[in-house]
Amino acid sequence: MIDHARFLRDFPMLSGKSMQGRPLVWLDNASTTFKPRSVMEAVDRYYTEFTSNSHRGDYDLCYKMDSLVQESREAIARFINADPTEVVFTSGATASLNLVAFGYGLTHVKAGDEILLTQAEHASNVLPWFKVSEMTGAKVGYIPLDEEGRLTAENLEKAITPRTKIIAVAHVTNVLGYIAPVKELARIAHRHGAILVIDGAQSVPHMRTDVKDLDCDFLAFSGHKMCGPTGIGVLYGKYDLLRETEPFMTGGGMNAKFDMCGDVNYLQPPLRFEAGTQNLEGILGMKAAIDYIESVGIDDIREYEQGLKRYAVAELEKTGMAEIYNAHSEAGIVAFNVKGVFAQDAATFLNSRGIACRSGNHCAKILIDYLGQVATVRASFYFYTTREDIDCLVDAVRHGKEFLDAYF
Amino acid sequence: MPISDMSPEMMREIILDHYSNPLHKGRPEDESLYEKTHADSTNCIDDFDLFLRIEGDKVTDALWDGVACAISTASTDILCDRLIGMGRAEALRLIEQFILMIEEKPFDEELLEEALAFRNTGKQAARIHCATMGWTAAEKVLEDKE
Repeated sequence: MIDHARFLRDFPMLSGKSMQGRPLVWLDNASTTFKPRSVMEAVDRYYTEFTSNSHRGDYDLCYKMDSLVQESREAIARFINADPTEVVFTSGATASLNLVAFGYGLTHVKAGDEILLTQAEHASNVLPWFKVSEMTGAKVGYIPLDEEGRLTAENLEKAITPRTKIIAVAHVTNVLGYIAPVKELARIAHRHGAILVIDGAQSVPHMRTDVKDLDCDFLAFSGHKMCGPTGIGVLYGKYDLLRETEPFMTGGGMNAKFDMCGDVNYLQPPLRFEAGTQNLEGILGMKAAIDYIESVGIDDIREYEQGLKRYAVAELEKTGMAEIYNAHSEAGIVAFNVKGVFAQDAATFLNSRGIACRSGNHCAKILIDYLGQVATVRASFYFYTTREDIDCLVDAVRHGKEFLDAYF
Repeated sequence: MPISDMSPEMMREIILDHYSNPLHKGRPEDESLYEKTHADSTNCIDDFDLFLRIEGDKVTDALWDGVACAISTASTDILCDRLIGMGRAEALRLIEQFILMIEEKPFDEELLEEALAFRNTGKQAARIHCATMGWTAAEKVLEDKE
């Protein structure tokens, strides 16, 4: 249930914070999110109650830590309807996508094969594939977006060829906020013998994600975009595919045994991919974040954010000062410009009014070609965002022509 | 003009003027006559080239071209305006004083003229780099030419 009084109590960043002498209005949730106390307490408990290394000791404290890591893995698995053995801890969605690219992509594509992306992808779902392309000779292609900037099943059907081996796309795009039809994309990919990699950084925090129903092959997401700590994230992979994935980091905690001759036995997934001491505080914090989101209700979150999006678009349009680029997208993200004001200058002006919005090309640098805009301002919401927050934004946009006032 | 005499309205006017109608935006016809340097930023979209023509000890022409926000557009355009006709030592001193101003340290007000409009950039910390990137790029070129 969306209960703002509760959020005010639970999130220290939501009360009494100011920026430029104004109350802080946080509209950069696609970048990162605030954390409830329960997450901070979970992180803290690692240091005050459970400090020990996982898988490294024969004593009770270590056993306890192992159980907590497993509990977190199970909670994440339940949250996305996966098996715990399919949940790999990483440092975030970027690391997860790199693990797929270098652990799976590198050994499963060759010269002449094709990797399909879209122009709306975040850099983290583009650059690793460029690298794979460079190293293997496989080609990177783009599935055309429709005139609104949406990825459709129809366009994938047109773009896919017998040479397509990997399709890597965002479930929700980070600038425009469209929801991709993942289930249909997976069906098409599999029919053509390709696998589907999903960047879930902007979707998993905001909507129900059922990997079995979606039938995607890999899914990457970050903890910090869903009220969890920074530096922790997840790679989900179908177990059979994880078994075919090479660990691109090796070291302690991921091998069963090795000898002087270089014969190594790696552990089975997911531990195979978790070399070195893991981000244990982050793993505990991630569990607390999922508990919190579940206590609010992921379906309520989705519905509430959709309402906020419609409200923001309607109110911004009323000002006559905003050019909106994604009025019809489903997620709680509005990409816009203040008419006649360069995006960066608009964002600085918003800063002068205490409003945190992202400006620029949002790490989706190839989207520029599509939008015909060098930069946009992005306001992005989460379940604790209020209509009053949006009203502050709208009021600022109404005064957009005074953008240089930020300096005087 | 002493800074005390420059009102916020004048500062706004100067920045808007150079932003809306930059005087020195463009590429030289013959780039081979110019020292070219690139300036870009991780936290702003600013991405431009700066061209300085240096003959003997003198900057005889200055241009810039690319994408930039109001602050970097205006500050780089004013920089070009001021550099033209300056000797290297004088130009380096101008840049030094500008940076001191942005860093909110004591500086020589007389020297800066129009560039005084950026006196308050420090209020928007994220834009400090925008205000100075053209200037530090020019500084590097002028120092390298020594």
